[in-house]
Amino acid sequence: MNREQLAARVLELVTGIAPDVDPASVIPGIDFRDQFDFDSMDTLNFAIALHRELGVEVPETDYAQLASVDKCVAYLVEHGG
Amino acid sequence: MASEFRLPALGADMDEGTIVQWNVAPGSVVKRGDVVAVVETDKGAIDVEIFQDGVIREIVVQPGTKVPVGAVLALLESDEAPSASAGPVKTADASPPPSPVIEPAATGARVKVSPAARKRASELGIDVATLQGSGPGGVITLEDVERSPRPSRAKADETVEPKAGDGMREAIAAAMSRSKREIPHYYLSTTVDVTPATDWLAAHNAAAPVAERLLFAALLVKAIALTCVEMPGFSGFYRDGRFEASPAVHVGVAVAMRGGGLVAPAIMETAGKSLTSLMDDFRALVMRARAGRLRASELAAPTIILTSLGESSVDAVFPIIQPPQVAIVGAGEIVTRPWVVDGAVQPRQVVTLSLGADHRVTDGRLGAQFLARVAQRLADAGSL
Repeated sequence: MNREQLAARVLELVTGIAPDVDPASVIPGIDFRDQFDFDSMDTLNFAIALHRELGVEVPETDYAQLASVDKCVAYLVEHGG
Repeated sequence: MASEFRLPALGADMDEGTIVQWNVAPGSVVKRGDVVAVVETDKGAIDVEIFQDGVIREIVVQPGTKVPVGAVLALLESDEAPSASAGPVKTADASPPPSPVIEPAATGARVKVSPAARKRASELGIDVATLQGSGPGGVITLEDVERSPRPSRAKADETVEPKAGDGMREAIAAAMSRSKREIPHYYLSTTVDVTPATDWLAAHNAAAPVAERLLFAALLVKAIALTCVEMPGFSGFYRDGRFEASPAVHVGVAVAMRGGGLVAPAIMETAGKSLTSLMDDFRALVMRARAGRLRASELAAPTIILTSLGESSVDAVFPIIQPPQVAIVGAGEIVTRPWVVDGAVQPRQVVTLSLGADHRVTDGRLGAQFLARVAQRLADAGSL
């Protein structure tokens, strides 16, 4: 997947675990927490979704690197998503 | 014998609901615990279970009809008397149910709408019954609302202030006003060194598959549940002028809605669950709460609530009891602080736990023991 496709997939996964978030409103450069109160439960669900859908197992110590669409894409590029 | 299936109260702050769907029809055989109807409330769409075995004889209230709590929704043939003990909680001030108010059926049988989508639809003047849901299980999502054609009277770029009449806000206001009016609260707090628990958690989560990782809040929920078993004066209901401890402990967890507001559904039978199974339930509960798919029993069941404000929040919360419960535990953010351990200052992970409890039932001394026991259990997280 190229970066654009990865970003689209990430957005899909985020709104999959948080169906009450409007995908059109998500700004890639801003942390999920600051945009729509993403909490630790959301982050855990997101990590589970990344593992299930993309096969990438993100250690808990790397959660901070999943904080926005942009950060997440960068992380996945680096870790072979 | 003939029996009536009534709209249950979902805690202290709900007095009406709109039937959106029946999962049964006359002739359907039902078992205790079956979800028989979906009811739209201030807390989203709620799955309503039946509490006795039997056969549905007649559907009394049709979809689209708004009725008060206590209204007869359906009639059934049943060999057993309705069970009061495990049934939904009746509010302390519930007056005899008024006769159903039948309002014109404004919507069809549209089932599931996320709270944020409902709010947005209402702002835009869109009837959610006209939308197709694309979310999990057909839930209407915010995106579905945004994508739908706007009614001509609403401009696409119109900024709309949140409505004062927002149902969930009114429900919270009603419950909290009643709480502050009726319950003589006392508040306690204690700051606990939870480094052993966070260390244990980090080690567990590093070794566990991602789907089996735990949150600190899950440890807290379990520690509270076990302490409630030991100290029943904090887990139960104050009704009709007296306190009744609940034989089963169902810890409710306050879940914040992204559009504002909160609900506190229960993790059922909390004390007997393993941490992994408790965490599974907790995760599912939060997702369903935000998608607007809770069960009536989950909303009515909490015998005590945990409100955990989590990361990037505040040091401490002074929580308000949700009647008819008699206690609520609060947790602030886990922070690293200088702490004296064995005579030397060290950086430690600490959290401030608080308790709001009902003075009609317990006193500060017992409350202090309660918090101390929760803290002790956290210190030995591996045995939770």
